[in-house]
Amino acid sequence: MSLGSAGHVLLGLLVSLTAPALAQAPGERRSGYHDMSPSLQAMQDDEIANPGMLWVLDGEAMWNRKQGAAAKSCADCHGAVSTMAGVAARYPAFSGANPRPVDLAQRINLCRTDNQKADAYPYESKELLSLTAVVTRQSKDLPIAPPADPRLAPFVAAGADLFTQRQGQLNLSCAQCHEDNAGRKLAAATIPQAHPIGYPIYRLEWQSLGSLQRRLRNCLIGMRAEPYAYGADEYVALELYLASRARGMPIEAPGVRP
Amino acid sequence: MNAPMRPAVSRRGFLAGSGAAAMITVLPVTAAHATPETLDAAIREVTGGKKLNAGKVALDIPPLVENGNAVPMKVSVESPMSAKDHVKAIHVFNEKNPQPHVLNAYIGPRAGKAIVQAHIKLADSQRVVAIAELSDGTFWSTSAEVIVTIAACTEEVT
Amino acid sequence: MANALIRMPKTAKRGEVIEIKTLIQHPMETGYRAGMNGTLIPRNIIEDFVCTYNGVEVCRMKLSSAIAANPFISFFTTATETGVLFFRWTGDEGFKVEETVSISVA
Repeated sequence: MSLGSAGHVLLGLLVSLTAPALAQAPGERRSGYHDMSPSLQAMQDDEIANPGMLWVLDGEAMWNRKQGAAAKSCADCHGAVSTMAGVAARYPAFSGANPRPVDLAQRINLCRTDNQKADAYPYESKELLSLTAVVTRQSKDLPIAPPADPRLAPFVAAGADLFTQRQGQLNLSCAQCHEDNAGRKLAAATIPQAHPIGYPIYRLEWQSLGSLQRRLRNCLIGMRAEPYAYGADEYVALELYLASRARGMPIEAPGVRP
Repeated sequence: MNAPMRPAVSRRGFLAGSGAAAMITVLPVTAAHATPETLDAAIREVTGGKKLNAGKVALDIPPLVENGNAVPMKVSVESPMSAKDHVKAIHVFNEKNPQPHVLNAYIGPRAGKAIVQAHIKLADSQRVVAIAELSDGTFWSTSAEVIVTIAACTEEVT
Repeated sequence: MANALIRMPKTAKRGEVIEIKTLIQHPMETGYRAGMNGTLIPRNIIEDFVCTYNGVEVCRMKLSSAIAANPFISFFTTATETGVLFFRWTGDEGFKVEETVSISVA
C-alpha cells in the first residue's frame, strides 16, 4: 500500500471517529442549488446571466498579465488557464515547504510572493477573487477530491471539531444548523447542508462574488461569535473538513445563491 | 449592507426582536419610498395621461423570490413589429422601491421581437407594472405581484 | 476596469431575428443605502445603455436604481447586414464602457 492510500484510509477513519453522528451517506448529500427557485438556478446555469462570470472574465485577463519584480504571468509558468482543471478540487492542501495547508486563494498568493515576486493580494480583493474564480471555473463539474495526504488528517480533524463546537452568544454549532436541521426552514430560507462546491460564489445579498472564508465569517457573525480574521488557520481547517465532507460532489463555481 | 433600498420596514424590526429570527440585523435606512401616487405620476409621465389598455403585454417575473437584489424579469409584447405597427417603447415601474422607475427601453420595427429582459431590484413585496407604447400612440399594460422573502442569515456591514 | 460580456450569434441569415444578451460589472449603488456611519452612500448607477447596428440605433434603455448590481439586460434585433454592433453603457461618476461585436449576415 502506498503512503498516499494509507493516508487516505487514515483520514477517512479520523473523520468517521471524530464525527460519527455527522456522517452522511453520499446519496443524501444535496447542493443548495437544488433548494433555489428555478429562476435563480437558471441565473447560475446561464453563463451570460451569472454575474460571477464577470470575475472569471477578469481572472482570465489577469492570468496572462506579467506581474511583480519577476515580470512573470501565471501563464508563463502554467500555460493556458485550462491546465488548472482539477486543481481547485484538491484544495485546501499542502504547498511546498509551507508548514500548514493553504486554501486556493492562499496558494495563489504564495505564487505571487514566491514566483512573481509581487505583493500578496488582500483577502476578498477583486483581484484575488477573480484569479480564484477563473482557476476554480476550470474544475466545473469535476468532483471535490481532497488529496490523500496523511499530513492533512489533523487539520481535517480540527475542522470537524470546530464544526461541532458550540460558539457565540447564540451558543450554536455549525452542525446544529447544517446537519441537524439541514433542509428545514429558518425564516423563509431553506437551511443548506453547507457544501463548499460553489465558491467563490455570487451571493445576491452581497451583490458580489465572495469566498468561502467570507461565508464562514458570515455564519460566525450570525451565531454572534467573534469572527476569525481572514486567513486564520481555523477557516482553512473548516474548509478542509467541508471539502472532506463533500468529497465527490461536483464543483459549481461560480455558484449563485440568494 | 444587507437591506438595499429597504425603507423602514416594520417586519424586519419585528423579526429581529423575535427569538426565532435573531440572526437578522437591523440597520437604519432612509424612509423614502415610492407610493401608489408616485407610481401613478411616473406612469403619467410616459403616457401623458392616455388610457392604459389591458392586454398585449406579458410580464414574466417570479411570484416569490428569495432575495430582491436580483430578480429576473422579462417583458414581451404581442406585435407584428412592422414599419406601420410596432412597439416604440417598453416601460417598467415599481410600487414600493425608494423611487418608482425600473427601466425604459426604446425599440422599433428592427427589433423583430418586442421582448426585453433585465435583472431588477425589489426592496419589498410589491406590484411591478409593465407598459408598452405602440406606434399608433396607444398604451398597453399589465402588472404582477412579487413576494420578496428575507434571508435568514445576513452579513453585517463590513 | 469594468468588464462586459455580450452574447449574440456571430453569423445570421438576413432577416433573422437575433437575441442579444449583455452583462456588465457595476455596483449599481442605489443612493438610498446608508453606510456604517449612517450617512447615505452616494448614488452610482448606469443610467443609459445604447446599441447601434452599423451606426443605426436599434435599442436604447434608460436604467434606474431598481436595476440589479452587475446589470444583465437583453433585447432583440433583426440581422440586416454584415457589420458591427456597438454597445455603450454610461452613468454616474463618468462611467463609460464601449464594446463592439461583429456579425456576418448571409
